Amino acid sequence: MVQHMPPEELLLDYAAGSLPEPLALLVATQMTLSPETRAEVRALESLGGALLEETEPAEMAPHALDSVLARLDEKPRAASVAAGRRAGKAGDAVAEAGSSVGTSSVDDETARLLPAPLRVYLEGRVSDLPWRQRGGQVAECELLPDHAGYRTRLIRIKAGAGVPAHTHAGREYTLVLDGSFSDETGRYARGDVAVADDEVDHQPIAGPERDCICLAVTDAPLKMTGPVGRFLNFFVDM
Amino acid sequence: MSADLLEAVARDGDKQAFAALFAEYAPRIKAYLRRLGANDGLAEELAQEVMLTVWRRAHLFDRRQAAVSTWVFTIARNKRIDAIRRDRWPEVDPDDPALVPEASEPADKMVEADQRQAKLRKAIATLPEQQAMLLRMSFFEDKSHSMIAEELKLPLGTVKSRVRLALARMRTMLEDLQ
Repeated sequence: MVQHMPPEELLLDYAAGSLPEPLALLVATQMTLSPETRAEVRALESLGGALLEETEPAEMAPHALDSVLARLDEKPRAASVAAGRRAGKAGDAVAEAGSSVGTSSVDDETARLLPAPLRVYLEGRVSDLPWRQRGGQVAECELLPDHAGYRTRLIRIKAGAGVPAHTHAGREYTLVLDGSFSDETGRYARGDVAVADDEVDHQPIAGPERDCICLAVTDAPLKMTGPVGRFLNFFVDM
Repeated sequence: MSADLLEAVARDGDKQAFAALFAEYAPRIKAYLRRLGANDGLAEELAQEVMLTVWRRAHLFDRRQAAVSTWVFTIARNKRIDAIRRDRWPEVDPDDPALVPEASEPADKMVEADQRQAKLRKAIATLPEQQAMLLRMSFFEDKSHSMIAEELKLPLGTVKSRVRLALARMRTMLEDLQ
């Protein structure tokens, strides 16, 4: 059972639909691995339902019901809407948007390892991703490169390796997908989420059993995303 | 009772039942969408589309899993994400091989969702105003909790702890009301 669920306020924002896409990706991916989180989100959606019941009604157009009744036999446009959503906004995904994005382009091992919400943003096998080495022990793969204000990465840490000491310009949420890591706040395995902010000087160490693969989302303050910020990022991030 | 109406829609294509649901929910969905940034015309159009989706997906409604208002809320929320935010919205895929399934629920825990909803509304009514306001802002304004902190000029930590307090209180009250 997952020991470290995402923080409650992230789940609230997810249930409300107000979470930015990178964090929604992290939450949906974690939810796939944790029935407890799903139950919590359902409870928060019930809260949304209760608040909807209490909402002061707005006035509908004079023949609104008739308009809808007239459309009940319409064929839904659902297929095209879903395809449009899966294709996503241009430049937002590592994979090229196209109708084959999704489970058909990954092997069974990757499908087992990477939950569906994340697979939509990737193409091919985990080992074929454009990993960039950051020192000998850590590799990363940038996702959602055009999403201003957030860095979203897949990170792979060699089994038993330590990540060099670092702090974060913003808050970093790290979801473990494979293997484990430990830091001064505990041990994190598949489905667990660690939260670190600029008050924490943390040095995670990957467990010895296998390489640790994580999805990390950092909400960088806006001032860190300009050219000077990107230069500084090289020093403050790992 | 809303759940009976929705089941009549699913089972019999009952248009009178649908009309009753429409009267109850469409105006509130419209109000919700207007608060989230849609102008009157768009909110009207989207509210009608939400009710159309209610009709089409009525067969998927399970009264043990969720109350009608919750089910309708999630359709409205997704419509808002799609049409107002225009964002891709990552969601759990029930057919995902990576999905960790629920342990089976003991039968006596399945309290009917509509009943739970009534208790939830009572619990909301007893929250301190600051906490209730935060919950309403979270659902009915296009703001994550960190944006709410900025708007209210409060430290992020304060907003987080008020939200947690509100949710903890709700949970306790729901247990007490069982």
